[in-house]
Amino acid sequence: MPSRHAIGSIAQIPPGEGRNFDVAGRRVTVFHTRDGRAFATQPDCPHRGGPLADGLVGDGTVVCPLHEWRFDLVTGETRNGTCGLAVYPLSLQPDGTMSVELP
Amino acid sequence: MTKQRLVVIGNGMAGARTVEEILSRGGAEQFQIAMFGDEPYGNYNRILLSNVVNGSQDASDIFLNDMSWYGENDIRLHAGVRATQIDRIGKRVYGQRAGSAPGAGASAEEVVEPYDKLIIATGSRPFIPPIKNIFESSGKLRPGVFAFRTLDDCRAIMAAAAGARRAVVIGGGLLGLEAARGLLTHGCEVHIVHLSPLLMNQQLDRDAAGILRTAIEKMGITPHLGQSTAAILGDGTVTGVLFKDDTTIDCEMVVVSTGIQANGTLARESGLSVERGIVVDNHMRSVDDFDVYVVGECAQHRGVTYGLVAPLWDQAKVLADHLTERNLGAVYTGSKLATKLKVMGIELAAMGIPDAAHDDDEVVVFSEPKRGRYKKLVIRNGRLVGAIMLGDLDKVAYLTQAFDKNSPLPDERLSLLFDLGTPGKKVTLDEMPAEAQICNCNGVSKAAIGACVASGRRTAKLVMEKTRAGMGCGSCKSLVSDLVAWFCGGQAEEDPSVHYYVPTITLQKKELVEAIVAQGLRSVSAVFAALGDGHEDPVSKPALASLLAVVWRGAQIEERDARFINDRVHGNIQKDGTFSVVPEIAGGICSSDDLRRIAAVADKYQVPLIKLTGGQRIDLVGVRKDDLPDVWRELGMPAGSAWGKSYRTCKSCIGVDYCRYGLGDSMALAVKIEKRFRGIESPGKLKLATAGCPRNCSEALVKDVGAVAVEGGKWELYVGGAAGSHIRKGDLMCVVETHEEVLRLAGRFMQYYRENAKYKERTYTFVERVGIERVRAVVVDDADGIGAALDQAMQDSVSSARDPWLERDAPATPNQFHSLLSGVE
Repeated sequence: MPSRHAIGSIAQIPPGEGRNFDVAGRRVTVFHTRDGRAFATQPDCPHRGGPLADGLVGDGTVVCPLHEWRFDLVTGETRNGTCGLAVYPLSLQPDGTMSVELP
Repeated sequence: MTKQRLVVIGNGMAGARTVEEILSRGGAEQFQIAMFGDEPYGNYNRILLSNVVNGSQDASDIFLNDMSWYGENDIRLHAGVRATQIDRIGKRVYGQRAGSAPGAGASAEEVVEPYDKLIIATGSRPFIPPIKNIFESSGKLRPGVFAFRTLDDCRAIMAAAAGARRAVVIGGGLLGLEAARGLLTHGCEVHIVHLSPLLMNQQLDRDAAGILRTAIEKMGITPHLGQSTAAILGDGTVTGVLFKDDTTIDCEMVVVSTGIQANGTLARESGLSVERGIVVDNHMRSVDDFDVYVVGECAQHRGVTYGLVAPLWDQAKVLADHLTERNLGAVYTGSKLATKLKVMGIELAAMGIPDAAHDDDEVVVFSEPKRGRYKKLVIRNGRLVGAIMLGDLDKVAYLTQAFDKNSPLPDERLSLLFDLGTPGKKVTLDEMPAEAQICNCNGVSKAAIGACVASGRRTAKLVMEKTRAGMGCGSCKSLVSDLVAWFCGGQAEEDPSVHYYVPTITLQKKELVEAIVAQGLRSVSAVFAALGDGHEDPVSKPALASLLAVVWRGAQIEERDARFINDRVHGNIQKDGTFSVVPEIAGGICSSDDLRRIAAVADKYQVPLIKLTGGQRIDLVGVRKDDLPDVWRELGMPAGSAWGKSYRTCKSCIGVDYCRYGLGDSMALAVKIEKRFRGIESPGKLKLATAGCPRNCSEALVKDVGAVAVEGGKWELYVGGAAGSHIRKGDLMCVVETHEEVLRLAGRFMQYYRENAKYKERTYTFVERVGIERVRAVVVDDADGIGAALDQAMQDSVSSARDPWLERDAPATPNQFHSLLSGVE
């Protein structure tokens, strides 16, 4: 049963970076792109568990800091690895508040 | 599903290897396996028997699978049981246990194994030529005469050799020579008798056989060539051999090594077609009975029987594929034969035919009999059909592969015989086996690169992105590029982006800097907006941030998201997402107070690993991101800049105060260097060292910049050294007299490097690319008149540098050090 959770303002995340959130006991990573959008994904890289929140973000993708696997933030598909990410629907209100829907 | 019963007759290399191949295909699920072996052992590597005879290996070392292997794989082994009958109608194998088998009772007993599928791997036995008086009346070889085939033969030969004055080996083939050499080690005089005038006449031509003859004579083995043995002399014990020309040699023992013949009697008696061996089809099945497979030296395939091990491996795979139905289309098409003589002191390899057989066969020969060297190739239609290499095996690996794969040879024949000073790159790549690992960081093979090129990625960059080859330490990048070109047959497309500073902005570094300055672009996002053509390539961001720091010298607008995580939180990320903390310890000199504080912090924050680094510092490894500000605060020491593309450290020896060899104060110089250049960003890491004398205890010759004190109060300044994934001795740039001169010229060199090197290009590549003469002209002689400007630019960068660990009290971004947010404000 999907459930929607408020996770506060996008101002918690610097532009172009990601941060991990505790959402109802689950870790979710939220990215704040420089064009003002936000995306939610699983927190750990499927390759070797690297912290994706510490990755480099750009062109709608994130690059894992450990071995440079790269993922599409919208679809979760990998660009150069063998396995993709789980992504979660995130809604961003004009006032900057965010909520994320978890399965 | 009930398992089928698989019975294997023969527990030698062929039988055991075939069972291993079957097991590796999941055969244990399909078959209940039983094996007959008439030797009372597990199976051993017969090829190494020569080593047992010559004493270089113990018999126990040559077992392939000991008795426990059978139990572990649920195989019922009838060791010491000879299969005596195959009932193909009732599908049963009968065996007779030899009374002498250890652990079996004294009396012979019968074993019966029913089968669904049968494998015959009965191997071969020595061929004993018709020589008078060689057998006892019982049909066994008489005492003092030995075959050379089994482990028991070996043991008997060794025992006899100990008491023999002179031994005769009949047979000058591969195995006979190995037996002769083995006997030498037991102290007896050794003669070798061979029917042909040429030793190893199956594999060698006249010239090579002559050189081999000289070589074995030098060892002390006496050859008798073109001699046919008529009789063994002696009554009861052996006293000599008689040749057909009526000459004799006295001896106490004889070893017969005149080839093999397949063990086909059992098969013939059970009604299978047997010619020189048991006749098989391309799946290694008997042509008469599809439930019976045959493998190894007892098999005759397309009219050929083999007496070497390599064909056996090929046959075992095909058999296993077919039997387990993993691949019913698996076919054996015959093997090409390549051999190596394993005789201490002689290097000899031969493959294919020893002489030209067609009018248009091309023969390439190098002969140097005096030094025992001979190399010969027989080439047909540009492919290798035969080769002899004697005295020098350098090229054998390549030739064997070319022979085996029937691959085309390079036109430059000379390079096939010798490793020339600079072997052609193409040949080297040709030679490289497909499974060779090219990228040792990411485990990418030559074959994987080939597959990637075949899939349409025809530039080095695309191949590296896809396979990740070259994406680790990077030391294999040029090899990957060469291989991509090679796989493209020289038609590799060059990706123009390799010349750009970053791939998505179509400008080289110099043009990019001009654009940044002209348009006043001070942040990475501004560069992307103005020059990026709509792209914001994440991987390019740190490169641009680094460049802006060099261009604007502190006046750039810092955007933390453009930084790699190490430069966002000023530590080196570890594989578990924690960070390492390295405080500055200038010149490797610290106080007891520093040590106590470091120890207290390590205790308080439960640092899992404290490691002394190669740069003479202390690394606290495994610190949680959330703890970083507190750790830094409590250490109370400046950052050691051990994480980024920047000046890192200056290593030092102990210098003049204590060392009895010291010529210059290397410690004080190292401290000055550290305090001046700490935190200066650069295209790649800068690791420096100072040495108090030319003994170079601090390894200053292999640093990006190294200063070495020499007699006369001078300092030599080396640049472009490396001792990591790449090894290079630095080039001597200049000799100066004072610490201040070292600081000025080292700084000017580093600034020249910062302004001109490509991103991630270390000084060892940069100096080689630019050339030390050019570097010296600009930095030391100021030939371009930019010396003062370089000094000023470095000074500006030094002046604007600040300790990043001060962000512990003034975070640069929201939640900079928080690894998990609650989501509730």
